[in-house]
Amino acid sequence: MPSNLEMGLYVFMLATFVGLEVIRRVSPLLHTPLMSLTNAISAISVVGAILVISNDEATTLSKVLGFIAITAASTNIVSGFLITDRMLKMFKRREERK
Amino acid sequence: MGSLVNYIYILSGALFILSLKWMNSPVTARRGTLAGEAGMFLAIGGTLLTHHHNWEWILAALFIGTAIGVPIAYIMPMTAVPQRTAMSHACGALAAALVGTAEYYQRQPHASTELVGFVMVALVIETLLGFLTFTGSLMAMGKLQEILPSRPLVYKNQNATNFVLFAIALALGVRIILVPTDTWIFPVFAGLSLLFGVLLILPIGGADMPTVIALLNSYAGLSACAMGFALDNKLLVIAGALDGSSGLILSIIMCKAMNRSFTNVLFGAFGQIQTSAGKTEQRPHRSASAEEAAAVLEAASSVIIIPGYGLAVAQAQHKIRDLFDSLMKRGIDVKFAIHPVAGRMPGHMNVLLAEADIPYDRLIEMDEINGEFPQCDVALVIGANDVTNPAARTDKASPIYGMPILDVDKAHTVMVIKRSMSPGFAGIDNDLYYMDKTLMLFGDAKAFVSEIIKELPAAVGA
Repeated sequence: MPSNLEMGLYVFMLATFVGLEVIRRVSPLLHTPLMSLTNAISAISVVGAILVISNDEATTLSKVLGFIAITAASTNIVSGFLITDRMLKMFKRREERK
Repeated sequence: MGSLVNYIYILSGALFILSLKWMNSPVTARRGTLAGEAGMFLAIGGTLLTHHHNWEWILAALFIGTAIGVPIAYIMPMTAVPQRTAMSHACGALAAALVGTAEYYQRQPHASTELVGFVMVALVIETLLGFLTFTGSLMAMGKLQEILPSRPLVYKNQNATNFVLFAIALALGVRIILVPTDTWIFPVFAGLSLLFGVLLILPIGGADMPTVIALLNSYAGLSACAMGFALDNKLLVIAGALDGSSGLILSIIMCKAMNRSFTNVLFGAFGQIQTSAGKTEQRPHRSASAEEAAAVLEAASSVIIIPGYGLAVAQAQHKIRDLFDSLMKRGIDVKFAIHPVAGRMPGHMNVLLAEADIPYDRLIEMDEINGEFPQCDVALVIGANDVTNPAARTDKASPIYGMPILDVDKAHTVMVIKRSMSPGFAGIDNDLYYMDKTLMLFGDAKAFVSEIIKELPAAVGA
């Protein structure tokens, strides 16, 4: 069995190549919404923060740090997805304009 | 339950990839956001399902985050999107760094079994990148919001100082990896990372912000990725790697669009070294009034508008839409030429013009539109400067030589709306302004465009 590190590196390698190929195809028109979308996605660190805080050995320090981390990351998630959608709604073709 | 959450994570990772894939076209992009939201919802839900301790803390934090995030998303004006992006890089990076810190101290009592080998390496990378991206992004935000001066701040031996500091931080990082029980090192290491983030952004000027924001985006992603290694969570690795590669691609595109390298952007302090040596002699240029400009536009059959950061500063996008509409009504073909580094973040101009309801099939990328300038009657430059400077093609001595530019000088007539003749951000004189076919329109972009619209005679039949 490969170790956790090896499995992690496999996943990292594949995800990076998938990321590079997928992002390369994004139209420059949408680079700003793309950045706020990936930003919201990178706030996946909220999962890490939840894992830290819900550990039954969690100390007060890790609860406080985890609390700040969840707050910061969820701010990111909510504002990131909402503003991305707000931007994308504005991109219209000619015939779609009222 | 333990294995169920892993399947949820796999689904969530797939949704993130789909989300980015659907961003490739404006037609499917909103579906992309939806997929991303679903992925995130599943990831958080799945995690909460299997972890039952300290619910009240988690829910309170999620609630506060949502309460802050919703107003930000709706109140933020589109001109402030670069600042918001920098701020959210800061938030994401802070979260990663704090989780890294908490993990380190929590596992400290079992250091001999839990803080060994690659886990410790991952924690060190996570906190280093997290903290330096946090302060770096705050600095970038301050510069974009102009709380801090947006000029590059340089001092003697800057690069040497930064290098020494970074080397010390790295050495401390290695030391913690080798001896994780030396707890005093960790705060020093964190402090140095925070400081390094500040120093890294000090010498960056406003024109380089698109590259730097993209780079910080990449760091924030890699930090989340390192967290995935530390916690052995593959979803974090996937999401972090996607974000990391996205930031990397965008910063490469930005660098290419300025014909510069990463090291040059980060350590070059653009536009400071050459203080436009001696080029102070007054050269003749022609200026024109709004009335004359309106007459020139009226007579044209094709117009290309070149927007730049000045447009965002003047908040002129809605006035430009009015101009666009009244010219199109007259049967004049109007297009927009978008340089990749126009504005303060990748794609900034597109969002502003889309906000003003300009159809996106009128926003043309540099490579596509450059061939059209020789047939174009009027090129109207609004708030752009260096990206139109023909010296980038011809003058080997110019600091921007080799940078791909919009071939504005090939249009039949060029009009430039500008506040004064003072040189642009990089302090480089623009030969475009002194050509015989160029008309300078002096004034604030928004005010001048509205005057032009007023001067345009009422459209036939309108």
